[in-house]
Amino acid sequence: MSARNSATRTIRGEKNLQDITTAHPDGIGGSPLRPDGTLKVRGEFAYSSDLWHEDMLWGMALRSPHAHARILSIDTTEALTQPGVYAVMTHEDIPGSKYYGLEIQDQPALAFGKVRYHGEAVAIVAADHPETARRALAKIKVEYEVLAPITTEEHCQNPETFGYVHEPEEYRGHASGNVVHSQKVVSGLGVNDDVRAMADVVVVGEYEVGMQDQAFLGPESGLAVPAEDGGIDLYIATQWLHVDRQQVAPVLGLPENKVRLTLAGVGGAFGGREDLSMQIHACLLAQRTGKPVKIVYSREESFFGHVHRHPAKMRYEHGATRDGRLVYMDARIVLDGGAYASASPAVVGNASSLSVGPYEVPNVNVLAIAYYSNNPSCGAMRGFGAVQACFAYETQLDRLAAELGMDPVELRQLNAVSQGSHLPTGQVIDAPAPVAELLQKVKDLPLPPPLDTEHHLDIRELPGALSNTSHGEGIVRGVGYAVGLKNVGFSEGFDDYSTARVRLEVIGGEPVAMVHTAMAEVGQGGVTVHGQIARTELGVEQVTIHPANTEVGSAGSTSASRQTYMTGGAVKLAAEAVRNELFNLGRSRYGWTYNDLSLIGGKVVSASAGVLISMVDLLGDQAIDLTREHHHRPTVPFDKETGQGFGHVQYTFCAHRAVVDVDVELGLVKVVELAAAQDVGKALNPLSVIGQIQGGSTQGLGLAVMEEIITKDGKVRNPSFTDYLIPTILDTPPQPVEIMELADPNAPYGLRGVGEAPTLSSTPAIVSAIRAATGLALNRVPVRPEHITGT
Amino acid sequence: MEFLRPATWDEALAAKAENPSALPISGGTDVMVELNFDRHRPGALLDLNRITELTEWESGTYEGQDGEVIRLGAAVPYARITKELSGPLQGLSIAGNTVGSPQIRNRGSVGGNLGGASPAGDAHPALLAAGKDVFVEAESVRGTRLIAIDDFYVGVKRNSLQPDELIRAVRIPVADGPQQFSKIGTRNAMVIAVCAFGFALHPKNGTVGTGIGSAAPTPRRAPEAEQFLADELAERGLWQSGGLIGPAAVQRFGELVSAAASPIDDVRGSAAYRRHALAVMARRTLTWTWNEYTQSLRSAAA
Amino acid sequence: MRVTFNANGRPVEADDVWEGESLLFMLRERLGLPGSKNACEQGECGSCTVYLDGSPVCSCLVAAGQVQDREVRTVEGLADDENGLDPVQQAFIDAGAVQCGFCTPGLLVQTHDLLEREPQPSDSDIREALSGNLCRCTGYEKIMDAVRLASARKCSSNSSEVSQ
Repeated sequence: MSARNSATRTIRGEKNLQDITTAHPDGIGGSPLRPDGTLKVRGEFAYSSDLWHEDMLWGMALRSPHAHARILSIDTTEALTQPGVYAVMTHEDIPGSKYYGLEIQDQPALAFGKVRYHGEAVAIVAADHPETARRALAKIKVEYEVLAPITTEEHCQNPETFGYVHEPEEYRGHASGNVVHSQKVVSGLGVNDDVRAMADVVVVGEYEVGMQDQAFLGPESGLAVPAEDGGIDLYIATQWLHVDRQQVAPVLGLPENKVRLTLAGVGGAFGGREDLSMQIHACLLAQRTGKPVKIVYSREESFFGHVHRHPAKMRYEHGATRDGRLVYMDARIVLDGGAYASASPAVVGNASSLSVGPYEVPNVNVLAIAYYSNNPSCGAMRGFGAVQACFAYETQLDRLAAELGMDPVELRQLNAVSQGSHLPTGQVIDAPAPVAELLQKVKDLPLPPPLDTEHHLDIRELPGALSNTSHGEGIVRGVGYAVGLKNVGFSEGFDDYSTARVRLEVIGGEPVAMVHTAMAEVGQGGVTVHGQIARTELGVEQVTIHPANTEVGSAGSTSASRQTYMTGGAVKLAAEAVRNELFNLGRSRYGWTYNDLSLIGGKVVSASAGVLISMVDLLGDQAIDLTREHHHRPTVPFDKETGQGFGHVQYTFCAHRAVVDVDVELGLVKVVELAAAQDVGKALNPLSVIGQIQGGSTQGLGLAVMEEIITKDGKVRNPSFTDYLIPTILDTPPQPVEIMELADPNAPYGLRGVGEAPTLSSTPAIVSAIRAATGLALNRVPVRPEHITGT
Repeated sequence: MEFLRPATWDEALAAKAENPSALPISGGTDVMVELNFDRHRPGALLDLNRITELTEWESGTYEGQDGEVIRLGAAVPYARITKELSGPLQGLSIAGNTVGSPQIRNRGSVGGNLGGASPAGDAHPALLAAGKDVFVEAESVRGTRLIAIDDFYVGVKRNSLQPDELIRAVRIPVADGPQQFSKIGTRNAMVIAVCAFGFALHPKNGTVGTGIGSAAPTPRRAPEAEQFLADELAERGLWQSGGLIGPAAVQRFGELVSAAASPIDDVRGSAAYRRHALAVMARRTLTWTWNEYTQSLRSAAA
Repeated sequence: MRVTFNANGRPVEADDVWEGESLLFMLRERLGLPGSKNACEQGECGSCTVYLDGSPVCSCLVAAGQVQDREVRTVEGLADDENGLDPVQQAFIDAGAVQCGFCTPGLLVQTHDLLEREPQPSDSDIREALSGNLCRCTGYEKIMDAVRLASARKCSSNSSEVSQ
């Protein structure tokens, strides 16, 4: 049995691994079509799982059935003798470092000593067919001594009683015991009895956010091809090529320049591809066998193969004056980081520094802390840290409004930050912050018509839909509002620069700009925006997008809503440099003295003297090829004890209004409409901006009413799309979007990162609407039918 | 693994007799999941796709069953049941329309639900509700055996088929009164039932049918609820009058349906919720069918 | 085993197929047709949707051996010619319904089928027909726009054909 392809398709034939050239007149502000769109709709766009290579093998991992166990022995003898099996590897076969990790290198590439979570990889095989590989995995004998899993906050807090996830001598985190990282924020007078005494009304609540999964549709996958120089070429779906390489190379015992990464098609990411998954395993097997090795996770393996959103337990206390002014906020945010650190430190940083939301609160005391546990590792997911906090503070604001007898939107507007406001970190918001206006925009939108099942009954529009649970019985409508605060870019002193290379030359009688970056296009449309920027800056129509790879400098991560800002900014800088170079060419050749030059419609134009020359004539056979790095303004780490510091690059705001119909007898929810308003600074591509906002809002909808990875004693109980449910098109309502464009003077084109903010406020807005319909407290998401029906 | 591809029903029966552990595959919507997820490696797959009579249905009369009966081929996909049989098999067609997704409904069939005998199969509550004289035609080289639906489900994912038997068809009486089906999922499409309920009025013999899904080790009916309601309708002459059943009886019916279940807590829902939801669905489906029945009485009288 | 069938109008043959293999795997790994996607392999996402004898099905849930002598049409076979696009494909690009694009091939086949059966579907019809196709990027709004756009274009081109 073997998988052999009758066609002659090889890695080199994939059309998206070659230059893609498209012509369009629109620069920034327009909505030209995606350069990769045609390939995608024709089924010709090669995702990482689509790659194929002559003579390739299939890699697969054996994973731990236990959440916490000592590995006593691993016997691979029988697996190795299976026909069609080319390699079986354990940690003993790793040529280089045995650890990797995004921020803290604490995760074994293959487990040794202990397994610390259900699904941790213990051994890997390469075989001629996936089924051969599966049968070989079944022949590997691993002897475990099962240990009591450390899974609760109480366990984590008391390592001497319940044990260590990482023994003290192996601990690599930022604190000690089972703590990965913690951060305090104290501002004003902090929170003490005197401060509490200044408040007329106090609201205290405990909130919980379940473990959400990114559930990108394209499973983790890639193809590692051994190269003649002893290096490896890895074709991969990731969010950050260079940081993958930085982690992979040491494990392979190779210098970074011998590990070359090319971005294959990425089927969504949402944070779940920030950490490594199968990269190291495929490379190890390719190195060992000398053959190309492809690994494609199944959906089940995918649930084990990437980190999830941190589940959170939060205690919030708000005090306000009788007229609705916030006096203080005290918050404790406990995040379950799972077995390995992943992005936990950054998640703690965001949760603490953004814990107050987009409100002016004079006195603040916050502690955010992430624990190690034997639950699944948690790390990056869209809006991390801020999503959890937003559910808590927005619920608090609703409760405070009820306590004060105020309109919840008015209470928010009364306390909303605006440009010039101080955040509890001491950072002043030095760009527009139209929080009150965004709330007003969603509030002013017309409401959808009321449900009228007597005159129009279409069960597809009701909770339960085709499941035929209601013909109008038990249905109550509710409306809820929420707004959130998110940072853009990497924070706390990290210089997450981006690199771009732009080349201008004449091809076929027309000027063509080529853009080459290492940016991971994960679906967000960065490649579209890069073309638009090149067109705007260089006055061309034809733009070539070069495949993303490690031949150019780092573009940083496609996360933190940062790519248009950072790599878009780099493309802008590189294009400007190319343009200047072109002008200099004209100046040196023709002695121009104009300083009012621009490139329009393929021509060099002087504002005073008109068209000077066509770019084609000016360039001739010459190519201008320049690379630039874009750095954002520097930030600083937060003070460990007070959380003070200019920690974030940029802030972004989105507000939602949710309208829901709840079958209050059955606890089923149908979101009827989900309206959003967001300030995007400048919409470089309005169609994509709206798509980001609707997509992000829908992931928030999923967290509100259905999405949760359920664990018991550290074991994942629903690793499938049968039991981990994400919204279908019947769960997702019409989503009107209002865009504001108030330029941020610090950002390229004044733009503001878009992707994450909508994921924050969507969840609390929907839950607020469900509360309005049911009168229930609902302090946990996802809201399940059991919570609504009290069963 | 072997892949057996019989061209005719007789060849299929012969293959199954020779190879009793062979796993029949038709729509593949359950079998392939087991294979893809490496949960099952049968010695052989027995492909039934080439046997066209399995995808046909006919109506007629059969010994042991009163009135007109639909003989539904085991592999008639749910999409076709909903499209072609929404009148005579009202409950099953509503249930069929809740199965998986449109793509799944193009492949999945009642035969597959019966063969898998999962308590969560959407067809079961509707089959149970359709009456006690619903029969599964189990066939082998030894002949045809009619298994009453009440005798069919014997344990968790276990049915009363013999190893050499295949499901040829299901004989379901044509609906003689309104039927309904209702199912809980935590999403508004593409869900496996958290719990489900099928209900049918049988005015011809003065009975009602119930079926409970995903709330016990097997699909089951709620006999006490059926008896209670049949008595109530008969004693109060409601079949004839079409009068209101009244909230107390509706409530009681829901309680009895709920009491008939023995659900568990799992990732899809709690036992308590399942009991609660069954009572709600029982009340609602009774109300819908009764409204439809009384309307039909009124329009017949008009 | 050997499986012979018709894919996108052409006779194809796959050898050495493992009996437990799905149609999806065979298309992607043996026949050079990776357009249909492998996102869940349990019929819960619709990314692998193909036409089998004219009906849209999840190809991950069809055993490879079951398609012997039958007709399969994948996203690669939706357009009439090598470089052209079906109106449904064009509408998905134009409406911004494609982000990562992993769900797109399945959605295209399912939408294509919907519009063949019901050229002017209501919004509820669209949602019902596409309820088995998960998309994680778009929030479905642009997909709704794309289906409406494809419907409008198909209807106007049909009516102009009639009026000619």
